[in-house]
Amino acid sequence: MAVLTMRDALNQAMKEEMARDPSVFILGEEVGAYQGAYKVTQGLLAQFGEWRVRDTPIAEEVIAGVAVGAAFIGLRPIAEMMTFNFSLLALDMIINHAAKYRYMSGGQVRCPMVMRGPSGAAAQVAAQHSQAFESIYAYVPGLVVAMPSTPKDAKGMLKSAIRDDNPVIFMENEVLYNLKGEVPEEEYHIPLGLADVKRPGKEVTIVAWSRPCITALAAATKLAEEGIDAEVVDPRTLRPLDEDVIFDSVRKTGRCVVVEEGWRIAGFGAEISDRVQRECFDALDAPVIRVTSEDVPMPYAKTLEKAYLPQPEKIIEAVHRVMYR
Amino acid sequence: MAVSKVVLAKLSPTMEEGTIVKWTKKEGDPVKQGDVLAEIETDKANMEMEAQGSGVLRKILVPAGGKAPVGSLIGVIAEPNEDISKMVASAAPAAPAQPQQQQQQAPPPPAAQPAAAAPALQPAAAARPAAAPPPAIGPRPVPAPAAAEGSRVKASPLARSMAAQRNIPLDAVAGSGPNGRIIKRDIESWAGAPTGAPARSSAAPAPAGPTITPGQEIPVSNIRRVIAKRLAESMFTAPHFYVTVDVDMDAAVALRDQLQRGEDVKVTYNDLVVKACAKALTRFPMVNASWAGDKIVTHGEVHVGIAVTIPDGLITPVVRNADRKSVLDISREVKDLATRARERKLKPEEFTGSTFTISNLGMFGVTEFTAIINPPESAILAVGAVQRVAVVDEDDSVRPGHRMKVTLSSDHRVVDGAMAAQFLGEVRRLLENPVSLFV
Repeated sequence: MAVLTMRDALNQAMKEEMARDPSVFILGEEVGAYQGAYKVTQGLLAQFGEWRVRDTPIAEEVIAGVAVGAAFIGLRPIAEMMTFNFSLLALDMIINHAAKYRYMSGGQVRCPMVMRGPSGAAAQVAAQHSQAFESIYAYVPGLVVAMPSTPKDAKGMLKSAIRDDNPVIFMENEVLYNLKGEVPEEEYHIPLGLADVKRPGKEVTIVAWSRPCITALAAATKLAEEGIDAEVVDPRTLRPLDEDVIFDSVRKTGRCVVVEEGWRIAGFGAEISDRVQRECFDALDAPVIRVTSEDVPMPYAKTLEKAYLPQPEKIIEAVHRVMYR
Repeated sequence: MAVSKVVLAKLSPTMEEGTIVKWTKKEGDPVKQGDVLAEIETDKANMEMEAQGSGVLRKILVPAGGKAPVGSLIGVIAEPNEDISKMVASAAPAAPAQPQQQQQQAPPPPAAQPAAAAPALQPAAAARPAAAPPPAIGPRPVPAPAAAEGSRVKASPLARSMAAQRNIPLDAVAGSGPNGRIIKRDIESWAGAPTGAPARSSAAPAPAGPTITPGQEIPVSNIRRVIAKRLAESMFTAPHFYVTVDVDMDAAVALRDQLQRGEDVKVTYNDLVVKACAKALTRFPMVNASWAGDKIVTHGEVHVGIAVTIPDGLITPVVRNADRKSVLDISREVKDLATRARERKLKPEEFTGSTFTISNLGMFGVTEFTAIINPPESAILAVGAVQRVAVVDEDDSVRPGHRMKVTLSSDHRVVDGAMAAQFLGEVRRLLENPVSLFV
């Protein structure tokens, strides 16, 4: 297997799918001539030309609207959001159009589009550019929400997303673009809606996706040093959620900590926590505990940014609480 | 198909109420007549209860851990769409689920002697020679039991289900979680306490006692409740009197050695006592009888009960028609019954219907004691240890010999002193001439 960064893995996924299927095209701000704000679309303009790699104005509602329309008539657009912070401008297109038409047309119209880009905090980009918005999209029936945490998952899941006939919100993470990992060289796909046990363990289940999953793995390594055997479950797709893998894990360990980069109130972790307490009630030895970002706008100061985000120490503290240590 | 009631069946002759240990079917499960529906703790054992009708188990009225009187409605089987509201409404208010009362203890350490020798602990020996073991050393200081707070027992769902599975009464467990919450590790350390105790060096198969902490209120299990009720009833209604004889066991000791060395056959003194009593009972039918208010019922058949100690109590498995069985058959049967009794796997017919009971505390070094009659029987024999003593022969010479004291408790309403003495004389004669037990 080749070792790739997540950036290159995502790039490969799009390159392969565009080569395979002429209906796949990319649009977004600076995806072409500039090679992508985070260089995820590097080289694609040269390979596929302006017709299939289209630079757009700085107008997210337009990007989303073009993508939705193109998808309705049978193309498979990949709309890049420079970051998902800006996708707020496109919410009407996504929620009222992309997510609704298949249902409202009785299945006559499909919307096979992908909206992708980084979500969550990077490094000192402050309150407006550091937000984790998966909970907003996972709230909406009709959307698929995918959030890979490794290069292998990123490539396999993006290929599945491009081939999916539903609108897929594909959330990457700027901090993870340089994360390296083994990626199979042969053709492979990772189906959406399939969770993955990233680290098997016996004593406590930590559910985390995207960047917090990497944080959780770091916490699990430290927990192992003090003799606590943690299992880390990565749902990978939030909607539809592969709850069985989570339930199986919690029924085995009897304890559950849910970690997310979003805010606490109405965050997606609350949904997981709700399902776990209901379905695994008799297996639980402690209440489910959530680790989230702090309930404030992201501060600019580096120290405060660290304090705001889920850190390994916060996860370890939560694990201690569910284990009564 | 008609709605069929699930009523708590009478699963043992003396059963008045039962505790639902667990339901083996869930609400909504399809059920066929004869399917096992639930496991019920009766006054003597855990029994399976079968469905009397087919359909779907629509309603469980008494959940696992709950208690119900015999004959009460504990569930409803019906077709999926049938209206069962009337029947459910007709049910007596369901007994609240309560923590399992039965205390679970680690099985006693294996006896150094064959299990058949395991003489049974007898109710009369209230002061058990085996003192409670020292409290087990827990991994951390143990706070007061949760029940001491006088409020609802707080336990994590996992701890609850683990306790139910292991028959641990939650209100006897100390919770180490927040606000005294009982959590998994409390159940694990509670259950593990007896095995964590220092190993015993004594050959005596002393039963492991529960972990006792000062001031602890121990809930009464069904078995203990039955022992309390029946033996108090026996002691206070049947006028007991006691006759003791000293049995010369020299010949029995020699015979036992011969069998062991020569034939590699192991029998216990208790096996010989069982056979001797059975033979003697055929000659004294009034000792094998029951007081029945205005009449005395003689039983004819000789079924000898052997008191066996089990966790939290005792049970008396029965050797049926012991007078017609060989010593070796009795020996094998007692061994098997005692083993299964400790595992609480006896069927009701294996621990009911005795007509005479033997209790043996010899293995604890007890030389003699008195036992309480096991109602509705008329007599019980309390057997002490075979002791090496100095014996004065008829020519006034002193030699070492073996003696064993046995004490017969009799119900004076049925048995008079002379008859008790004659019966015991016959038992002694047979034991002193043990070859007669083999013919």
